[in-house]
Amino acid sequence: MQTKMPETSSQNAIDVQNAVKRFGNFTALKQISLAIADNEFFTLLGPSGCGKTTLLRIIAGFDEVTEGSVRLYGEDLGALPPNRRPVNTVFQSYALFPHMSVLQNVGFGLEMLGSSSTEARECAGRMLELVQLSQFADRRPGQLSGGQQQRVALARALAPQPKLLLLDEPLSALDLKLRKAMRIELKHLQRETGITFIFVTHDQEEALTMSDRIAVMSEGELQQVGAAREIYERPRNRFVANFIGDTNLLEVTVDRIEGARATCHLGGGHALSCEAVDGVREGARVHLSVRPERLFATAEPAGPEALAARVVETVFTGTGITSIVELEQGPRLTLRSSNSERGNRRVFEQGAACFVNMEAGAGRLLID
Amino acid sequence: MARRSDLRAIPGFRALTLLCLFVLYAPLIVVTIYSFNASASITSWEGLSLRWYWDVFTGPESGKFKTAAANSFLIAISAATISTTIATLAATGMIRTGRFRARSLSFGLISLPLMVPEIVTAVATLIFFNAIALERGLLSILIAHVVFCIPFAYLPISARMQGIGPAYEEAALDLYATKRQTFTRILLPLMAPGIVSGYLLAFIVSLDDFIITNFVKGAGVETLPTAIFGAVKRGIQPNIMAISTLLLGLSILLVTLSWLVSKSDTTK
Repeated sequence: MQTKMPETSSQNAIDVQNAVKRFGNFTALKQISLAIADNEFFTLLGPSGCGKTTLLRIIAGFDEVTEGSVRLYGEDLGALPPNRRPVNTVFQSYALFPHMSVLQNVGFGLEMLGSSSTEARECAGRMLELVQLSQFADRRPGQLSGGQQQRVALARALAPQPKLLLLDEPLSALDLKLRKAMRIELKHLQRETGITFIFVTHDQEEALTMSDRIAVMSEGELQQVGAAREIYERPRNRFVANFIGDTNLLEVTVDRIEGARATCHLGGGHALSCEAVDGVREGARVHLSVRPERLFATAEPAGPEALAARVVETVFTGTGITSIVELEQGPRLTLRSSNSERGNRRVFEQGAACFVNMEAGAGRLLID
Repeated sequence: MARRSDLRAIPGFRALTLLCLFVLYAPLIVVTIYSFNASASITSWEGLSLRWYWDVFTGPESGKFKTAAANSFLIAISAATISTTIATLAATGMIRTGRFRARSLSFGLISLPLMVPEIVTAVATLIFFNAIALERGLLSILIAHVVFCIPFAYLPISARMQGIGPAYEEAALDLYATKRQTFTRILLPLMAPGIVSGYLLAFIVSLDDFIITNFVKGAGVETLPTAIFGAVKRGIQPNIMAISTLLLGLSILLVTLSWLVSKSDTTK
């Protein structure tokens, strides 16, 4: 079955080609194409209703694409029912079987695959060891805490050794501390098992900390696919820039593009230079995104592109200091500096005049 | 706010409550107490005795009552089993097949018989059995009972099923279970409290049905309620009170059981 598939696609864990999903008049997915590599920790990130869960359910086999195709290691999944796909899911609600013990839950998949019950029990026991829940093997899921149930769900989905693990917002029901600990545990588990993970979340911090690559989705479309750092530092459009982290958006007009550099100006005529971007031409009026931590204030201009401003507010946030400044030309900017930089950078009082400087390469042109 | 919504502040609240409770339970209590009467009269108390219970099992009418009781239990067990099976399948079909056009109509049709006056159902059933020339006897009683037990069994089963989200079945399918395995290993065990509850309800409803049974039973075939009615027509004897008390005890036991089972919700 595998041999007739082309080399290139069989190396990908998942190949989604032009997938469209319509529910009646509503289009949940609009022509999505996506390749997820073997052994990757891949995250689908977006607000609720963006289609990320629909895509996950299509890969799991609970929904079918209206158009297009989904391949798993080169094999077209077509209308293969979920019980015949080597893909397991960690559900948002965990969906642990309440009438079975923790051990029976974890062994269920293996038993359904035809393992003897002793085999299934042994393997389930090993999986429980992996998630450090061996002592709860005989309990019912209802007797465990949320975090423990979450790990049982994980063990249950990993026990049959699927080729692909789907995680549907598995951490959303946990409190913040536990969530942070589980992020690291999940990442660790993915490395240890070598299984490809597709993780769905609306939490950008979760996505940034765990993923090898992230697909940002909105309104049934992929907005940008890339490594965490790339998506954060080089957002493609306004949606991505706003959704991931905080940013300052400045309206600019592009004057000149020379090779990889672009020169543009703000409404007041102040010139700024930044990296050129595919899809933004000379003369275009677009937005420039600058992350708050890549701006800094000085008493004297630190370079020719420094912007004169007045401090509106300065807020201490624990790990850092956030300042809001108003440029002479009108727009307000947010600046953030970490406390460790306090020695180097001056904190300005409210109402003080200052100059705002951009670190080299901090400005990013957005295509819309 | 709390003041205004406090019903207990309304004058006469306590008296009204006590009156309601009295009307509801006094007859039952009187019958229960007098079933232990040593006297042959049903009105004068002559001391505590199990005489009439003894009479029910060994007295001159005991043979008749035993046959009627055997019929009643045979019919109640069969009717409850058949109607619960049908109700379980109906609930699975209607709740687990997604939306279909006649869904709410189906819900209405299946529970409507609960609101149809029983006498109408009884007459209609009798006419129908005559039309198809079904001989009246245990079988005709059983068929009639299965039919009116279905909505009683259906209600707790469908309520239970609606409380079970689709995630469990999806998880089972995701873990390589076939549809059949998903039904037997996951859905049925999760539905068990509803099914047991529905079964007990159907059993009780069948056991004490009088009107429909009286219409469709053949001559000489008696169930416990029709036998009791027949005996009462000839004058109320204390042994009737003993039988009634036994039935009351059984009903309380089964209803309590049904309530306990439906309360043991494993999905929460």
